[in-house]
Order: sequence, then structure tokens, then C-alpha cells
Amino acid sequence: MWAFGRVSGFMSLALFTVSVLLGILNRSGRPLLVLPRFSISILHRNIAVLATVFLGLHVGSLLLDSYAKLRPVDVVVPFLGSFQPFWQGLGTVALDLVAAVVVTAFLRHRIGQRTFKAVHWLTYGIWPVAMAHAIGNGTDAGSAWFLGLAAASGVAVVSALLWRLSAAFLETSKAREGNFL
Amino acid sequence: MSTTLHIDWTRCDGRGLCTELLSGVLDRDDWGYPVARGKLGRERTDVPIRDGDREAAQEAVSLCPVLALSLQERGVRMAAVEGTRRRG
Repeated sequence: MWAFGRVSGFMSLALFTVSVLLGILNRSGRPLLVLPRFSISILHRNIAVLATVFLGLHVGSLLLDSYAKLRPVDVVVPFLGSFQPFWQGLGTVALDLVAAVVVTAFLRHRIGQRTFKAVHWLTYGIWPVAMAHAIGNGTDAGSAWFLGLAAASGVAVVSALLWRLSAAFLETSKAREGNFL
Repeated sequence: MSTTLHIDWTRCDGRGLCTELLSGVLDRDDWGYPVARGKLGRERTDVPIRDGDREAAQEAVSLCPVLALSLQERGVRMAAVEGTRRRG
């Protein structure tokens, strides 16, 4: 259970990273190589769902593990844990927010674009929280392969974010500059 | 019963997913917005959808990133259409 909890946590973070990157790419309105825009959209969703499944396995397996000493209340309320309450609490925060993002994403057509968008924006906050939880709480946080992958994901997400904030982000940004002269 | 794909222009941002899914029905203008092929006026906002394209249209409705699309049966929307026509 302990090993499984570690691996599933890592898988979840890696998949969430990919999903965040695809989400930003999706927002730009650009297709990726051979992938059309709607495929990126579906891929973004499916990878996020898969990441959520791994997150469920991560929490579920550690809840059953005697070594992790996780109580049911730790799944919902952060910073009450017995071991490294702060770093573990970050994981709880991420879990709760991911639940909100996933539920609102599936109810997008019912709750409307505005609410969906407001909650979906939380993702930009969740990713660093989840990463901090992995680095601060993870057993493998000291190993080179983990740090390497964490650094690579960090660079990827930060560059995607800078691209997102740049003027040339939208596929149609050039056409929409407005050449009135 | 004929189906139309309604484009809410106040929401549409020209992301291009619908023009990929319905490439036979929708073209894309220079700014990215969908333009119904060979249609003018009202039919550019309420685009007629043939039975063969219905499934793709449903996909487009569910995948539109800004929820700008909806499928409507001709009979249901008739009253609303008449209302706009009178105002010109």
C-alpha cells in the first residue's frame, strides 16, 4: 500500500502537469502537429480524469496504509495530519480543490460558463500546491529522478504560463490586432 | 423535423473547434469565427444541419469551450425567430 501510494501520487502529479499544459494550449486555440483542436480538448479532459483517478488511488491506498497514519478527516480538512501536517495539508488542499474543478467541469453545461471558468482558474493555484506537497512530503523527493522530473515540469508549466500571458498567445492574435490604418 | 445549430455571437470567440468538427458546414473567417458555407443572413446564426451532420454538431455543442453553440429543432425556435424578424 505504501509503495502504491507513492507511485500513484507521482503518476497523478505527472498527469496533472500534462493536463495543465494541454489546457493552456487548448486556450490558445492552436492545433498541435497532427492533433486537431477538439482532440486537444478531449485529451485535456481525459488526462485530467485519469490524473483524478490516480489521485483517488493515492489517497485511498494511503488511507488504508498503517504506516501513513492517515485519518478520514485528513482527506477533507487540511493541516491536521500526524506526520508533517503542513506538507500533508497542502495535499489535502489540492485534493479538495481538484474535486471542485472536476465537478464543475463535468457540470459546465448546467452551471454556465462563468462559474465553470471561475472555478477552473483555481488550477493555476492547485498545480504549485500539489508540487509543493510532492516535494515537501514525498519519500522520493530527495532522489535525482524525481527532482529532475519536478524541475522539468516546473520549467514547462512556467514557460506555458509566460506564453499564456504574452501578446501572441491566441492563434488569431495577429488578425485581431486591428489594422485600422 | 429539421435541426439548426444556433451560434450565440455574444459568446463565440472563434476558437475553431466547431469548424473542425463540421468542416463541411462551417468555414472559418480570418479572425477565426465560424461562417456557414454558402449561407446568408439568418442562416449564418441558425445554421441548418443535415441528419448526417447531426452527431458532429452535437459533439461541437458539447465541446465548444465557451458554450456558444446549441442545437435547436426548427419548430421549437420558430416563435423566437419571428420575433427577431419583425424588429429587422
